[in-house]
Amino acid sequence: MPPSEHELRLRERLSRLRNMPLLGGARLSGELDRLQRQLDRMGEDATDEEIWRSVELARHEQRPYTLDYVERLLDDWFELHGDRGRADDGAMVAGLGSLDGRTVALVGQQKGRDIHERAERRFGMPNPEGYEKAMRVMQLADRHGFPVISLVDTPGAYPGVHAEQHGQGGTIAASQAVMARLTVPTVACVIGEGGSGGAIAIALADRVLMQENAIYSVISPEGCAMILWRDAGEAKKAAAAFKPDAAHCLELGVIDGIVAEPPGGAHTDPDAAARLLGEALREALDELAETPGDELRRRRRAKFRSLGVFA
Amino acid sequence: MANIDVSVETDDKPAPPPKHPNTCPSCHSHYRDDELEQALWVCAQCGHHFVMRSRPRIAWLADEGSFVEEAADLHSEDPLGFFDLRPYAERLAEAEMSTGLADAMVIGQATIDGRGCELAVMDFAFMGGSMGSVVGEKLSRACDSAAERGVPLISITSSGGARMQEGILALMQLPKTVAAVEDLRDAGQAMISVMAHPTTGGVLASFATLGDVLLAEPGALMAFAGPRVVQGVTMEKLPDDFGLAEQNYRFGNLDAIVPRPELRPTLSRLLRLFDAPI
Repeated sequence: MPPSEHELRLRERLSRLRNMPLLGGARLSGELDRLQRQLDRMGEDATDEEIWRSVELARHEQRPYTLDYVERLLDDWFELHGDRGRADDGAMVAGLGSLDGRTVALVGQQKGRDIHERAERRFGMPNPEGYEKAMRVMQLADRHGFPVISLVDTPGAYPGVHAEQHGQGGTIAASQAVMARLTVPTVACVIGEGGSGGAIAIALADRVLMQENAIYSVISPEGCAMILWRDAGEAKKAAAAFKPDAAHCLELGVIDGIVAEPPGGAHTDPDAAARLLGEALREALDELAETPGDELRRRRRAKFRSLGVFA
Repeated sequence: MANIDVSVETDDKPAPPPKHPNTCPSCHSHYRDDELEQALWVCAQCGHHFVMRSRPRIAWLADEGSFVEEAADLHSEDPLGFFDLRPYAERLAEAEMSTGLADAMVIGQATIDGRGCELAVMDFAFMGGSMGSVVGEKLSRACDSAAERGVPLISITSSGGARMQEGILALMQLPKTVAAVEDLRDAGQAMISVMAHPTTGGVLASFATLGDVLLAEPGALMAFAGPRVVQGVTMEKLPDDFGLAEQNYRFGNLDAIVPRPELRPTLSRLLRLFDAPI
């Protein structure tokens, strides 16, 4: 089978990197390794069917959520609650824990398991208070030098009357601004749905990862279909058009790496999924550990400022 | 369960025209095009603010002959080969033809009453003012230009949100513009954000709300999720002024609502207060 266009582009990037004079050394070779591994893992470009399968797996009701990973990866987890003013938003969890003896702060959206919890956590769609809580904990981490891990899993920020009145848009912007200012290592991983502004609010990180079957998109397939095709039933077509799957996000330079899932998807073996996620998080944090804080911040901003395609 | 987006509706079919083409949507009075232009596209009867295009807005705000446009030649590409009912490339070409603009934002250096500033002005007529890679890059460059010259940035937004035809890259313009504004902030320069109708979705959720001073035009919709989406999800009856500048002002999300005729003197005063160079 001839190599896909995607593979060719990845190979091209790899050869460019190899020919570059080694400046910092470690970072570049880290990048090389990562690309090589992605290349090895990747047989061919995702088809429309595979893209839709990702959409379904990303939303699978048995898919592990943020707290399922917290429970398996962090010791001494201590959840922090509330935005110190108005509310404690269950759609966003935040807290401190220990990853291999190193204290980290973790923030992430949390969907609910049963109908009661789903309603309580608004299906993982935070209100401004949820983002305020995340910001508060990220700033706490910054003061104490704790790395920040964020796990992204949301259909989007909650579209409510109260949310709008309390500045949903401005709060999402503020949360990104907080992340653009942190001087501690930050790693984000999309573990399910990376829905639009509600996701990016906690994903302006040094390293952005995606699980194999996660999706990351500017709009939901249904929303896109509704607007462009005037029919939410065309969601499959819409997803094929805007390509929210991990392989395409990697190709566009939006994410830095793909985290493998157990065969069949994360829900088939949450323990294995957590192990794989844990390895990826550790690796990313190790890579970032030696870089001074102001340099991390400079590179983080430069990375996001370079995203886009224009002529 | 509805899913929320920060993207914009770029409609193929405009709403059916009102019975008389020149009818104010707010008070239904009739107007003449030349009179409306004279009044800065504000209804003489009820004060309704019509959408104002970027070129006339810049011509009116900047001192005569002071505006030097930057990055005018940036054009969107079609990274996804996006095709819905029509190809994105075709929509772009059409928008360029009908607006005379390369994309939905115009940036450049200017003075207002002799004080230097950088202007970044959006144009709703170009694909609903949607933010794709070009808008993100222009805002990013406007921040750098302001920082290099030591002048404040004035952004004037009018946008339905992120441009969904650019997929995830459109979403990435949120963190991109946020990072650019944070760099501007570290360079010690001020940002004044003016939100015109509509400033919604991804533009509201990124640079537009990060100004040191936040202004809006009367009646401007400033919502992350629009009224239709919120109504659809919550099934609540929405307040009459839901998402409008007036409600945002009441809830503390804005410093001031400035009627368009007062915008120039207001910006001039703020440039003095922030000690913009003469």
